[in-house]
Formats: sequence, structure tokens, C-alpha cells
Amino acid sequence: MMQTENLTEAQVFCGYHQVEYAFVQDLANAGLVEITIVNQTHYISQNQLPDLERMIRLHQDLNINVAGIEAITHLLRRLQRTQQEVQALRNKLRIYE
Amino acid sequence: MAFVDYYKILEVDKNATEKDIKNAYRKLARKYHPDLNPNDPEANRKFQEINEANEVLTDPEKRKKYDQYGENWQHADAYEQARQQQQQSRTYSGYSGSEPGSGGFNFESFGNEGGDFSDFFQSMFGGAGGGGGRRQARYRGQDYNAELQLTLQEAATTHKQTLTVNGKSIRITIPAGVENGQTIKISGHGAPGANGGPNGDLYITFLIADDLRFKRNGSDLIATTKIDLYTAVLGGEITVDTLTGQVKLKVKPETQNNTKVKLKGKGFPVYKKDGEFGDLYLTFDVQLPTNLTEQQKDLFKQLANS
Repeated sequence: MMQTENLTEAQVFCGYHQVEYAFVQDLANAGLVEITIVNQTHYISQNQLPDLERMIRLHQDLNINVAGIEAITHLLRRLQRTQQEVQALRNKLRIYE
Repeated sequence: MAFVDYYKILEVDKNATEKDIKNAYRKLARKYHPDLNPNDPEANRKFQEINEANEVLTDPEKRKKYDQYGENWQHADAYEQARQQQQQSRTYSGYSGSEPGSGGFNFESFGNEGGDFSDFFQSMFGGAGGGGGRRQARYRGQDYNAELQLTLQEAATTHKQTLTVNGKSIRITIPAGVENGQTIKISGHGAPGANGGPNGDLYITFLIADDLRFKRNGSDLIATTKIDLYTAVLGGEITVDTLTGQVKLKVKPETQNNTKVKLKGKGFPVYKKDGEFGDLYLTFDVQLPTNLTEQQKDLFKQLANS
């Protein structure tokens, strides 16, 4: 039987954040969140919660739809990668200083 | 305490309708929202400003007071009196911006206590938003950011350190191979949430001090080692420093100055890959002899003429 200790029940999460489960489902359909089903109960893994909470804030605070969130998420990931690359290059530059 | 021009902040004129204000707010919020501007304190500050402006200008009661007194707000003692009377008759429940899902901003979601509204706001309207009668919202606690200085040697070893963050001791394990500027997240060790909301997270950025012996390039190390002319010309064996101790290294005959050699696996540990190490690149710095005797000079002359 699959363990659920690192999973949060989707309905509980939605109730907590006062968001419709359909919204989380839409995010899952867009490939932004992965839903795990155990014994017919839908769960979200805990390592996805910070990202999911950010998406909910974008939706609730800025009225951004799923397509917009998808675009923003990709851009933020790219930004993060670029920032990491800049940091790596800065570190490399220190070699020559 | 300076007067804060909320209309200017939202880039609307004083006759702006509620819809104009809402649109202006949303436009600016999309630009400065902290989720869209990670690690940007300036955007965060700007977002606080527009949030505060929105708080005042979308609340008819607050906007009326603000418009009425404007720059003469300091004389509006009556505000405070009225506010205190209101507080006696209702329970302050913490402002949420609006009901979740209706498009309002949860200012506190981004780790700003209500008290981060400007002094001007506090003075004119009291606490951080007079949301009496609104539903209590749960807020995630503030994220904390901390910097931790490490030597290169410390960064090369998985070890534990105890940090004190806001009076609480946290023991963390620092994995070998962390990069300079790398940030790790310690979930749930930020500020406590409000109204049952989750704790914020603690972000620790590692600052690795320069090392006198080694420069680091990812998981590789770079160093220079001095060898004397005779070893360079004739070959031999030298002892070189690595991060984990000294090793013996053979020098080939006729080694040129600035020749580079690679010591495989003697570099820096690879982050979160146990047992994997980068390489150590050594550059030979051939030292010419000084203070030669006449006899030695003659020998060099013989070499030069041979």
C-alpha cells in the first residue's frame, strides 16, 4: 500500500487556501502540478506546495488565469536558471580577480 | 513623518473612480508583485506602497478621510478618537485585502507584518487596515533570509552548524560542495503564520570566503605550485598541497613554466553526490635560481654556449 506521509490531501489543501479543487485540477492538466491518487483520494506532494501556493496567489491576487500562470512559471524558472548561471559565472570570474 | 500621496503612487488623479483605482492598482501590482519579482527588495517595497494606497483609496471611509485632510492629516486628532471608539464596538480581525478569490491582495502573504504599512498610514488610520467584520484570513509567516560565511575548507565538508534566527537556535546540516551564493531553504523556520497560517521558510545564502591556496571553479580547484629550475629541467618528485592534505607528484623532465597538470579527484566534492570529486589543476611556476656563485654562472655560460 502506498504511503501518504509526504502527501497532503488535495481537498484539505483547497479548503485551507479557499480555492476550488477544479483550479488545482486545471493546473495539473497544464502540467504545473502533479496529483497523486491513493485509494481514490487525491493528494499533492508536500514539495510542490510552495510552488502551488505561489500559483494560487497569482490567481487570487492578480486574477491571472491558468494559461498566464503557466507562462509565468516557465519564465520564473528560466529567470532562476539565469540567476544561477550568473552566480556561477561570477564565481568563475573570481578566479581571475 | 512625510505625507504619502496615494493617488501619485497609483498614478491616478483625485477624481479617479473606484474602477480606475482598481485597474491602476492591478496594473502596478502585476508589475511589482513579489511572486513575479523574487529577491527584489525594491519591487517588494513598491508593492507595499501600492498595497497601502489601494487599502486607503478603495475603502470609501478611508478615502473620504484621506481626501478631507490630505496634507493636513497631522491635525486630524479626531481620527484617532473615532477609531478607538470603533474598536471598542468590534473585534479587529486583521485585514485580508479582500476575500480570497476576489482579486484582492494579501499583503501579509509576502512576509510583511501589518505593521509594515507606513507610519503615515498608522498615524492616520491606526492599525494595518481596519477590516472589522471581514472574515479572518490565514497568512503564511514571513520568510527569513540569512547569510552564512564559510571557508573553502568548511564548504568542502558536510558538517552541522547551529544558527540563531530570531532568538531560536536551528541546527542545520551543510552538505559538502555548496557554491558561493547558493541559497538553501529550511522549510517552516521563518516567522510564524497568522490566524493558523503556516510558518514562513528560512533561506540561507552561503558566502564562501576566498582561499589563499585554491581558486574554485565549480567542483574543480585551481592552484599554482612553485618548482625549482633543476626539477623543471631534470624532472623529479615534489610535494603539493591538496584540500585534504599533501600528495607527492612526479614532475617530467623539461617541464616548461606555466605547464598545467591535472590531479584527478583531488578537487572539490560534488554537491550532494557522495564520493564524487572534481579535479585539481596545478600550474607550475618555475623559479629561477638567484645569488649564483661564479662557478654556477660559468656552468650556465657553458650551457648557453653548448
